[in-house]
Amino acid sequence: MRQRHRGNGQVLRLERRPEASQAMAYASPLIAVVLMLLGGLLLFAMLGRDPLEGFRVFFINPLSDAYGISELLLKATPLMLCAIGLAIGFRANVWNIGAEGQLIVGAIAASAVALHFYESDASSVLVLPLMVIAGAIGGMLWASIPALLKTRFDTNEILVSLMLVYVAQLLVSWLVHGPMMDPDGFNFPQSRLFEDSALLPILFEGTRLNLAFVFAIGALLVGYVFMYRSFAGFQMQVAGQSRDAARYAGFPVRRMVWVGLLGGGALAGLAGMSEVAGPMGQITEHVSNNYGFAAIIVAFVARLNPIGIFFASLLMALLYLGGEQAQQYLALPSSISNVFQGMLLMFLLGSDVFIGYRVRWREVAA
Amino acid sequence: MDATIIGSILFATIVAGTPLIIVALGQLIAEKSGVLNLGAEGMMAMGAVSAFAVTLHSGSPWLGVLAGMLAGAAMALLFAIVVLTLMGNQVASGLALSILGVGLSAFIGKAYESEILPAVGAIRIPLLADLPIVGRALFEQQALTYFSWALFAAIVWFLYRSRSGLVLRAVGESPSAAHAIGYPVIRIRYLATLFGGAMAGIGGSFLSVFYTPLWVEGMVAGRGWIAIALVVFATWRPFRVLLGAYLFGGVMVAQLFVQGSGLEINIPSQLLSSLPYLATIVVLVIISRDRNTVRLNAPVSLGQPYRPEA
Repeated sequence: MRQRHRGNGQVLRLERRPEASQAMAYASPLIAVVLMLLGGLLLFAMLGRDPLEGFRVFFINPLSDAYGISELLLKATPLMLCAIGLAIGFRANVWNIGAEGQLIVGAIAASAVALHFYESDASSVLVLPLMVIAGAIGGMLWASIPALLKTRFDTNEILVSLMLVYVAQLLVSWLVHGPMMDPDGFNFPQSRLFEDSALLPILFEGTRLNLAFVFAIGALLVGYVFMYRSFAGFQMQVAGQSRDAARYAGFPVRRMVWVGLLGGGALAGLAGMSEVAGPMGQITEHVSNNYGFAAIIVAFVARLNPIGIFFASLLMALLYLGGEQAQQYLALPSSISNVFQGMLLMFLLGSDVFIGYRVRWREVAA
Repeated sequence: MDATIIGSILFATIVAGTPLIIVALGQLIAEKSGVLNLGAEGMMAMGAVSAFAVTLHSGSPWLGVLAGMLAGAAMALLFAIVVLTLMGNQVASGLALSILGVGLSAFIGKAYESEILPAVGAIRIPLLADLPIVGRALFEQQALTYFSWALFAAIVWFLYRSRSGLVLRAVGESPSAAHAIGYPVIRIRYLATLFGGAMAGIGGSFLSVFYTPLWVEGMVAGRGWIAIALVVFATWRPFRVLLGAYLFGGVMVAQLFVQGSGLEINIPSQLLSSLPYLATIVVLVIISRDRNTVRLNAPVSLGQPYRPEA
């Protein structure tokens, strides 16, 4: 590139590192978090709020008591489930962007089971396991569409899975305005409240934290074993780094698309089930709180690593809770959470440059 | 069906296709330079909310469109810094831009959710607008619809008849060759990306200032993504973008006409609303079924980071 010379001096230049920096790969998410916090302080100041007060309300308030912590874990649950599923695909360059839709369809399927057995005489202990299965299958079904089109016709899975998010939102809207609407609900677009047999057991008395959190931890463990201890996980990692290398090695590249999408779909569907059978106790149009999209950020911030996903989910959950607090105490729209989420991911992607490059002062001659 | 109904279907189709054309042509230019920006949805949302706010405060829809354009370009600048200067992953950064833009627009727009703008009148071309069937559709449209046609003509000329267009395409096909000849690859990509953002911003302002004249969270409703799909569907050719945009515009207005036709069809409105998204999937399948169609037409360096070794 032509360079402008402005006399003798030094300029900052990016210089390629001889080897990608492992330390920076781990430091980069932390840098991004710090930058996001600074950006947040600036944002509060720009909105005419005291930045430190804003910081306290947003990041400290939600964690001030045991109930707050339980809410944090509750919010983190669907994020962990979705993110670990997405990470499995992302590692193989399978870009499932539609976890939001898969979550909704999983919630629909689980709700269908719950409503089917409403006030029925059937053995009620079976209802929850059936809902878990239905949720996972619902999510898989929705994810199988981009998987089929990708493997059969090489159709871009990003666009297909994303379009299906909008379709899923319209589907749930139709259901709660029609077939699933509560007959005694004064025409509100929501289903009946599920019976107790269709609700996940609470882990600690006095909180809303439920069994789904255990599922999420289990999913992280299974994900860890799959990624780092299984041959299929290794194959997917190779394919993610070089599709050609995977092909030459005879790895089943198509099957990876299926595994990535169906795995992600099943876990997102389970997340949907855990919402309707957990804090919501019914299905409404707003069954997903953008968890499917936030999980994409979680997966990236976590470097697609299960342990990282655990912590990144907690951080993202804190952003959700902080948004609610900001709405309550600072009279700011709760969508401020999305602003923080977007900032976090942009900062991360920007600071990732220092994994492969370093900044050097360089002499510039006149 | 009589002529007036056909005329109004045509009219509504062209209106619905207008933002898609503007956004997709902007993306086309960015992609021709090798930059894949999946943030169109976010840029449109920011354009829509900025245009709405400025129009409301200033009373001038044109200042609004200008603000929308600048907001879209500002978002694109952020994206360009991350992917062009810092060499971030284009797919991930585009997604981030979408999430950021949609979130930020919802945040800014909260204060405007109950406001309504006065409708902006169409520009009527005398005599021609009285033609049967096509008169109103072609000659009594919003200024931005005429703009979309002018933009189409300008881009066809630019890409295939001008030297700068040739350079742009060269940068997208082979950045290292373009660099070797002495073209500033990164600067050209910056400009192309900013242009894409500006057009996405204008497309967004069409929605909030002219189309519905109001702001609701989520009003862009996937149009940014549909525009990206349109560019693939059009195999990176402007004329097919135009055609595709009207195809989608037609699908989008189908809902209104089925409901307004008084026909006793018992179709849930949500099913009709999902048609544009399903149609997007169908056209993507059609276009990608033959693997070579996309591969031969896509700019070779699309989505690849490039760093000139100084």
